Amino acid sequence: MSGESNEIRFSQKAKDRLAWYLTRYPTRQAALLPALRLAQEEFGHLTHPVMDYVAGQLELPPVTVYEAATFYTMYHKKPVGEHCVYVCTNVTCFLKGADQLLEYLSGKLGIRPGQATADGKITLFSVECLGNCDKAPTVQIDDDYHDCVTTESADRLLEKLR
Amino acid sequence: MPELILTKDLDVPDYHRLAGYRSRGGYGALKKALDEMTPATVGAEVKKASLRGRGGAGFPAGTKWGFIPAQTEKPKYLCVNADEGEPGTFKDKVIMERAPHMLIEGIILSCWAVGIHHAYIYIRGEFVKARKILQAAVDECYAEGILGPKVMGKEFCLDVTVHAGAGAYICGEETGLIESLEGKPGKPRIKPPFPALVGLFGCSTVVNNVETLAFVPHIIERGADWFLKIGSERNPGTRLFGVSGCVVKPGVFELPMGTTLREIIYTHAGGLPEGRTLKGVIPGGVSAPILTPDEIDTKADFDSLAAKKSMAGSGGLIVIDDSVCMVRLLARIARFFAHESCGQCTPCREGTDWAFKVVSRIERGEGQPGDVDKLASIATSFAGITICVLADAAAGPILSFVQKYREEFDLHVTEKRCPLENKAPSRPGP
Ligand SMILES: Cc1cc2nc3c(=O)[nH]c(=O)nc-3n(C[C@H](O)[C@H](O)[C@H](O)COP(=O)(O)O)c2cc1C
Ligand code: SF4
Ligand code: FES
Repeated sequence: MSGESNEIRFSQKAKDRLAWYLTRYPTRQAALLPALRLAQEEFGHLTHPVMDYVAGQLELPPVTVYEAATFYTMYHKKPVGEHCVYVCTNVTCFLKGADQLLEYLSGKLGIRPGQATADGKITLFSVECLGNCDKAPTVQIDDDYHDCVTTESADRLLEKLR
Repeated sequence: MPELILTKDLDVPDYHRLAGYRSRGGYGALKKALDEMTPATVGAEVKKASLRGRGGAGFPAGTKWGFIPAQTEKPKYLCVNADEGEPGTFKDKVIMERAPHMLIEGIILSCWAVGIHHAYIYIRGEFVKARKILQAAVDECYAEGILGPKVMGKEFCLDVTVHAGAGAYICGEETGLIESLEGKPGKPRIKPPFPALVGLFGCSTVVNNVETLAFVPHIIERGADWFLKIGSERNPGTRLFGVSGCVVKPGVFELPMGTTLREIIYTHAGGLPEGRTLKGVIPGGVSAPILTPDEIDTKADFDSLAAKKSMAGSGGLIVIDDSVCMVRLLARIARFFAHESCGQCTPCREGTDWAFKVVSRIERGEGQPGDVDKLASIATSFAGITICVLADAAAGPILSFVQKYREEFDLHVTEKRCPLENKAPSRPGP
């Protein structure tokens, strides 16, 4: 193992969280999804050393962790920007102009969906239904939903991230 | 105005907090059950009420609970399906954000009825706000002795754990959900065995939708006979209809089951924007086959929509007006299913992808003669033969779109362009 993996350690807060999760399930593996979320919060994205660390914490074979991490879209396997912008392009948002909105954001940020801006600030994603269709088009920025987004309101939202 | 059950008190200040919920009689049903009823009579009342699952399939909750063996060596579990991933669906979020204690009260009653001591609420990962509100409500319950070793002082212990998903539509399927909760990829299991016998951690498990469980306190408080009087035959109660798309007033509307699609769209959701006409409605999330304007006098309940070869599904209506290209819309839907197929069944994995490719080339004006029939035959070929019904859910829209809007598909192939190209959309792009 490289020196890098030695540096990977949960903060005390994350350790406490994980310990709490482990009390909630009869198996250690059931804490895997929460543990990966914690790891992503701590380390930004899930590198192999990070996943190996999680595997160690849960006493799981690393491959079990890789399998789960690659199955779910919310786990970032590549580095992402400081902020993540998720544009829903599913049916209702599509009916309300989400494709054009995505194109607009893509042009404005100078990146394709899935890419990060050169300054490492923002990663743009096109995602499936966010369960907010009455307020389409929906854009999620980090943990927050934004309703009925227009190019103007999108400009303001991006402004706040700068 | 029809009677509201779930949404009646949503405007009460702090209804999402214990105090607010209690100020409207919250946890009264639980108290009544624990003081005056037995677990068996709670189960019987829910069974009598014919409470049909609001997650998609409409299976009666009381009957499902009845499949759980009364005596088992192992623990039993409840999985609350809060994955809400079906496109066009946004109603469970309303309950979780604004009436989390109603859900928790429903969970406690259900667990007591079935003899369960741990419930997991599987909430989709993107719902961070709802998760925080729900967790705060669960914490309040532990602090007040409503959850924990002695539920409201009685000899009944119950734990509730809020568990976040991580982005995968298939985890809404009940066995995909169970796999995911166990820390694995959410790949559905072959049934049988059904979760009632071999579910979470190999134990007997009930999986119910958020909205389904939120009805339970009301049924216990007011009785099955009251509930049976609301709604339509064999489809009692109200339901949270989510209306989105080309309507003036999209939103969640609580209405009796059996309200017609017409009434939901025109009376409650404000109808279509000025100058637009209805082209179709998807009545229960994108998995539901589309209905044409001459079919909207159908009652939006499980049996009536099934009779129309569609489904009530999640209660999410997506309204489509005359500015929308049906080929483009279907291409978008096909992309969704191709993306969300978990990949373990070859017909689903390959078929959804192939269908998406064919409909996309038709949409781009690159369709070959015979492509429209090919699209339909691909959908027919992968439906009904896979581990879970995602493949059927993918086939339904394809077959119904092609059948009902055939001309539009053919025109894309023969004229190599969209006949609607010059029609301005009802809401121009942003
Ligand atoms: C692909 C697929 C996705 C599903 N997604 C959901 C969902 O997000 N929420 C839900 O409650 N049920 C969903 N279901 C239905 C569940 O499998 C299950 O029937 C339901 O949770 C049972 O609860 P109920 O009887 O209370 O409706 C889905 C089914 C399939 C096949
Ligand atoms: S039908 Fe599709 S989604 Fe369902 S188990 Fe098979 S491959 Fe997975
Ligand atoms: S389609 Fe975009 S939130 Fe549902």
